[in-house]
Amino acid sequence: MPVAMPLPDDAVLVRRAEIVAALRGIVPGEGVIASEEAMRPYESDGLTAYRQLPMVVVLPETTAQVAGVLGYCHREGIKVVPRGAGTSLSGGALPLGDGVLLGMAKFNRIREIDFDNRVAVVEPGVTNLAVSQAVEQAGFYYAPDPSSQIACTIGGNVAENSGGVHCLKYGVTTNNVLGCELVLMTGEVLRLGGKHLDAGGYDLLGIVTGSEGLLGVVTEVTVRILKKPQTARAALIGFPSSEDAGDCVARIIGAGIIPGGMEMMDGPAIKAAEDFVHAGYPLDVEALLIVELDGPAAEVDHLLERVQEIARGCCAATCRISNSEEERLLFWAGRKAAFPAVGRISPDYYCMDGTIPRAKLPLVLKRMQELSRQYGLRVANVFHAGDGNLHPLILYDANRPGELERAEEFGADILRLCVEVGGVLTGEHGVGVEKRDLMPAMFTPADLDQQQRLKCAFDDKSLLNPGKVFPTLHRCAELGRMHVHAGKVAFPDLPRF
Amino acid sequence: MADTIKARDAADVEQAICAALGDGRTLELTGRGTKRGIGRAAQWDATLDLSGLSGVTLYEPEELVLSAKAGTPLAEIEALVAASKQQLAFEPMDYGPVLGVAPGGGTIGGAIAANLSGPRRIKAGAARDHFLGVNAVSGRGETFKSGGRVVKNVTGYDLCKLLAGSWGTLAAMTDITIKTLPRAETEATVLVFALDDGAACKAMAAAMGSYGDVSAAAHLQPAVGARIAATANAVGAVTAFRLEGVAPSVAQRKSVLEALLAPFSALGTLDEAASRSFWRAVRDVTPFAAFRPFGEPDLWRISTAPARGADIGRKLTEQAGAEILYDWAGGLVWAALPPSADANAALVRTTVAEAGGHATLIRAPAPVRAAVEVFTPEPPPLAALTRRVREGFDPNGVLNPGRMWAGV
Ligand SMILES: Cc1cc2nc3c(=O)[nH]c(=O)nc-3n(C[C@H](O)[C@H](O)[C@H](O)COP(=O)(O)OP(=O)(O)OC[C@H]3O[C@@H](n4cnc5c(N)ncnc54)[C@H](O)[C@@H]3O)c2cc1C
Repeated sequence: MPVAMPLPDDAVLVRRAEIVAALRGIVPGEGVIASEEAMRPYESDGLTAYRQLPMVVVLPETTAQVAGVLGYCHREGIKVVPRGAGTSLSGGALPLGDGVLLGMAKFNRIREIDFDNRVAVVEPGVTNLAVSQAVEQAGFYYAPDPSSQIACTIGGNVAENSGGVHCLKYGVTTNNVLGCELVLMTGEVLRLGGKHLDAGGYDLLGIVTGSEGLLGVVTEVTVRILKKPQTARAALIGFPSSEDAGDCVARIIGAGIIPGGMEMMDGPAIKAAEDFVHAGYPLDVEALLIVELDGPAAEVDHLLERVQEIARGCCAATCRISNSEEERLLFWAGRKAAFPAVGRISPDYYCMDGTIPRAKLPLVLKRMQELSRQYGLRVANVFHAGDGNLHPLILYDANRPGELERAEEFGADILRLCVEVGGVLTGEHGVGVEKRDLMPAMFTPADLDQQQRLKCAFDDKSLLNPGKVFPTLHRCAELGRMHVHAGKVAFPDLPRF
Repeated sequence: MADTIKARDAADVEQAICAALGDGRTLELTGRGTKRGIGRAAQWDATLDLSGLSGVTLYEPEELVLSAKAGTPLAEIEALVAASKQQLAFEPMDYGPVLGVAPGGGTIGGAIAANLSGPRRIKAGAARDHFLGVNAVSGRGETFKSGGRVVKNVTGYDLCKLLAGSWGTLAAMTDITIKTLPRAETEATVLVFALDDGAACKAMAAAMGSYGDVSAAAHLQPAVGARIAATANAVGAVTAFRLEGVAPSVAQRKSVLEALLAPFSALGTLDEAASRSFWRAVRDVTPFAAFRPFGEPDLWRISTAPARGADIGRKLTEQAGAEILYDWAGGLVWAALPPSADANAALVRTTVAEAGGHATLIRAPAPVRAAVEVFTPEPPPLAALTRRVREGFDPNGVLNPGRMWAGV
């Protein structure tokens, strides 16, 4: 693993037995796991190239226990890494050898479903899908739908500000979360937000969302639930080139249509998906779009007409409209299985997650092909087309010496390219360990310092999930210092009135 | 009279803040000053006027993105996007009417700093939800950026969320990038008459949980509804539901909603034009505009769980003679209270604390806003965190100190 993690602190490691005993005092029974064998399942997350056994695993069940563990670790100077289901694709939940891995899986209850206020209050270890399932009988659902939704937890979703295929229309996690209970590294317990909209003071909930477990441990989340759209139908449209497909996406949005979902796949991704699930995807096209409209039937039918018209004007080679729920799900099956499908044609694949201004798609795809040749590695692309979030899948074989490193370098080049064309390093998977050292490609030292000062406001000793997100960790005291020399600065050229 | 420094560009802003730091002076940040009346009545050594930073620098309708300098008039941006059949979906309210300031005067920077929204908040979010990227100068005099120009981005902390609604107490924003969205092709409003506040909140909850896909739901007590032209002749209270979208969809959802609401009471409809003007009045709370014969009522803006709105309204009405306008399906309670020395702060705060949520004193004479908390006081650990966050951006307290809370 090329990204270096903070060196383990020997002073902590020699005290391991004492620390484990103290933690057992806070979380009794089987909540503290210290044997190597039992800790094995926690050694990595969805970014499996990175592995590290933690010093100890703790599985608390109550907020008081979380507060107890964090308060103890804060006093003793011990690092803590929170973990939900461990599906992070950026190494956000990668343990530290001298740290506590705080697994939130036992926080798995739905505390309240409140249809009058259209919210659900859930513990952070509840899976994303379980929230929708808990409210579906009344025709409601929780809108953000990451492809990992059967496994990933709401706590992880909040930490990563996760998105899904429907987030162009319905927003990502941050737009669908109203409140949380948060335990700071000191053990202090805070409530942010509630069942109401907007913050009364600073929008700290907005900052905690997407903070990758670096600011506090989330112990309860209040999410909005929405009435399920009455109907949904999808169009499956094939194009001779990605330019045409990109043009079609731009024209759909330009026509004032925001589809429930709008996904694109390139040639290699189409082929892999079709071979795997036989969804009936056309194989003689270079780009495939799935455009899903949802809402009342009158609206869906009306807009589908328009989408077809637009597609015809963009050289669409094929266009099918789903005529049943089965058919709609079949259209999606290939897209949803794109990752495992690619997994079948290559021993390993590496999933990237940049976002670009959509108009740059043809340029980025062309440059990616050049890079693919340069690195000698194949790449398949799936793309949240509506919002420019690109998932290139780089195919490699970890058993061949040097291929993983080549794949990582290829990936880094793709992300730099995304930034170069006006985009960003990550659209939904987070920075974590994986993209940490690329942060300077997007941010100046001043930008990063300002972010880290926020970290210091929440976690003054940098004990919570250190080694993630920030390429260099500054001490808070150093970051807090002001460099002002009173009287020395005078600005005569500023107009004063 | 305090100095006014008129910045011409972002470099000027950085210089002005560095100069203030050097001189140990505090700065009031203003766009065009339309919301100056909101916040604690505090004093600053000089005013840093950002209205000179003006102009849209990028607008790509098909990418749903617009960038502008922070002092750009909101009206200019709204007109520009309207020409491409788009809108700012968060429907930023105009505080002009309630503050007695000419309408249409605010800037995009002010809209973000106040985290404005409107009736569509319940469906489309507030300014925070559409704020993609920023360049700003912190109270340390350092220029930094956050976010970007793409709608999907989780690279680093989302400082945009923090700056939205921070009322200029963390940083002076110089460049702002927001998401634009298509404007609905048409709209219509279904009205229900003569419900009391509690029944109206139940009707709104039912509508929000239906296939109606309602983009705004408000309830106006009889005297309040009578002050809006579109409902001036209604008999009794007015509960209103907005439907937006393409014509066939609006028609279908209108019948869904009418079937749902018929058991509640008599129904009416506002067509597209009347609907637009009605919701603009609700957005800007014009029934409580600052032009009233017997002294300005104090005006509170209360955000709560929608099902608790009527409880708050009832208590403030019974105990302090409030008039209420409910927006956000009951979750936003605008309460106009007869003027008093403390704006009934204790009553409002305990009532809101019971129901959950927060209350901001939007309008009261300056001495009142100096004597009582304007923003909801935070419990100690949260207040301490707020203070640390503020110190991370502005350790010397140069930018708008005391505007939100004393010492913050
Ligand atoms: C096959 C696959 C498909 C995926 N598809 C998507 C997708 O479509 N969209 C998308 O956005 N992501 C996707 N992901 C990524 C991943 O599922 C999300 O990031 C998810 O939100 C992680 O949740 P988790 O519970 O697994 O968290 P973990 O992986 O356990 O942890 C993620 C981060 O959250 C922190 N954390 C977890 N719980 C808490 C807590 N209670 N308090 C504080 N911090 C906490 C951790 O420290 C870590 O930094 C996919 C992953 C896989 C493997």
